[in-house]
Amino acid sequence: MSSIIEIRNVSKNYGGVVANKAISLDVEQGTITGLIGPNGSGKTTLFNSIVGYHPIDSGSICFEDREISHIQVQDIARLGLIRTFQQTRIYKAMNCVENMLISLPHRKMRFLEAFSRNSATDFENADRLLEFVGLYEKRFLMAGSLSFGQQKLLEFAMALMNEPKTLLLDEPTAGINPTLINGLIDRLLRANREFGITLFVIEHNMRVIMNLAQKIYCLAHGELLAQGTPGDIQNDQRVIDAYLGAH
Amino acid sequence: MNSGKFILYTVVVLFTLLAPFIMPDFKTQLATLWLMIIVALTWDMTGGQMGYNSLGNIFFYGTGMYVAAVICIALTHDVGAYTNAFSDQVYVFSNAEYFTGVMIGILGAGVFCSVCALIIGYLTFGLRGPYFAIGTLGVAIAAGELVSNWDWVGGGQGISLPVFPYDLELGKIFFYVLFAATGVLLFIFLRWLYTTRFGAAINAIRDDEEKAEAMGIHTLRYKLTTWSIAAFFIGVVGGISAFQLIHFEPLETAYQTINLGIFMVVCVLLGGKGTLWGPVIGAIVFHLFKEVTWNYLLGWQWVALGALIVITVVYFRDGIMGWLMSVRPEWFGIRVEKKSGEAMGEAGT
Repeated sequence: MSSIIEIRNVSKNYGGVVANKAISLDVEQGTITGLIGPNGSGKTTLFNSIVGYHPIDSGSICFEDREISHIQVQDIARLGLIRTFQQTRIYKAMNCVENMLISLPHRKMRFLEAFSRNSATDFENADRLLEFVGLYEKRFLMAGSLSFGQQKLLEFAMALMNEPKTLLLDEPTAGINPTLINGLIDRLLRANREFGITLFVIEHNMRVIMNLAQKIYCLAHGELLAQGTPGDIQNDQRVIDAYLGAH
Repeated sequence: MNSGKFILYTVVVLFTLLAPFIMPDFKTQLATLWLMIIVALTWDMTGGQMGYNSLGNIFFYGTGMYVAAVICIALTHDVGAYTNAFSDQVYVFSNAEYFTGVMIGILGAGVFCSVCALIIGYLTFGLRGPYFAIGTLGVAIAAGELVSNWDWVGGGQGISLPVFPYDLELGKIFFYVLFAATGVLLFIFLRWLYTTRFGAAINAIRDDEEKAEAMGIHTLRYKLTTWSIAAFFIGVVGGISAFQLIHFEPLETAYQTINLGIFMVVCVLLGGKGTLWGPVIGAIVFHLFKEVTWNYLLGWQWVALGALIVITVVYFRDGIMGWLMSVRPEWFGIRVEKKSGEAMGEAGT
């Protein structure tokens, strides 16, 4: 299997604070890869570096063998690398269906096609994906009136609407009712298997990430601490120490 | 289209066609009303639908005036000599020259302004929120000062244009028709545009531009296109205004930042930002209010206008349409949450 995202020696400092230090990791095509680590270990910084929110200080980030560390957010998104936000971002003043239709993949559209209305297929896709995440009943409600958990699901559905090749999810289960998390794990797995989307997931909930990911990377203090299968990570003394604050 | 809307549009069209004949003394007022509607609608394209509050749209109005005038003159005469002529030099325009000049001038003004919008937009669309507002205001003020020092276009005196060659009452109808036709065309165009993917994309930019970028929308391309279309229409009405006013000068008429430049924003705020009808309703209410106070409250008219602006901004942030939407959401097809809560993902912490 080949790597779809290849990160080599990426460092990022904010002034004197080292957020990421010489991180190298691979996300393999078609898999689910996890990224864990205590608060402030640099997970979101790494995500932001990948999707182009800020320039990296050194190192290289490749997506499908193409260097992307120097291109802009929108251009990276148009390569099919889409992220969701830790603090959910949706268009609050529009209803769910409108949110979905805006998320159509613009990379597959010529500019003049923007001057047409959405086709019946687009509406069907929007409904199908809203059904998929369980928001079909609420599709005509204003997105801003949904609960935080539902907004997260909507954001996930919007990302799927964009037909990404790879999806970077920043804490997909944070703020979601624990009894419904199993349903979400199932949907993430299905998105991976049925839609063939590579997932790269930041997650704090260990039960979720252990059930989801085939390979897990653990960051601590901006450095790569450990990597391996969920089993390896669970038994790695360094990871346990990092979470309990031994460092 | 349901019957209610059909009746509404029929009444509007009939009124548009008949107004100058029903109220023959108000032809110029009605033409100015259309001007207000058009500048309000175009301001709302960026300010309301796309979330970029420009205070510099008046730049396109002033530039439209100058471009139309210069084109009209240049077709038959030397512009520098014409604008600096003394009273003994008379320049004559034949009827054919006049109408050709008007038509080409107006269209040329529109095209020139939309190109200007692409250039200014490329330079200023990196600014967000109040910075964009002040940046564009700066462009408009600077342009006014530059033009008022440019002798080739008449400097501070401005330009005088030929007068409508037939009966002047007919001339008033002619300009009313030009304004009204542009307004109707713009309204129909926007009514369609806001239902397309393009409309959705600029709404996305307004609601969360970073999210829109993260989803791969070509934000700059959409912003430039929107402003450039708006600038085309403002340039066109600027051109029409130039011929309607016959004489105009740079700071008070063309680049009138504190009058029309602010009025268009007030119209939109009054009627309701980001709605199709809001700018139209706002422009009508504003124009009526302004004309009534200018006639019956003379001396206090600016105070009354200032009070209207303050009251709108403080108490009616969403304008007339926004207020209607919150009181009667069902009229606009907005559905409000029913208490059921069956869907997955019910509230977490």
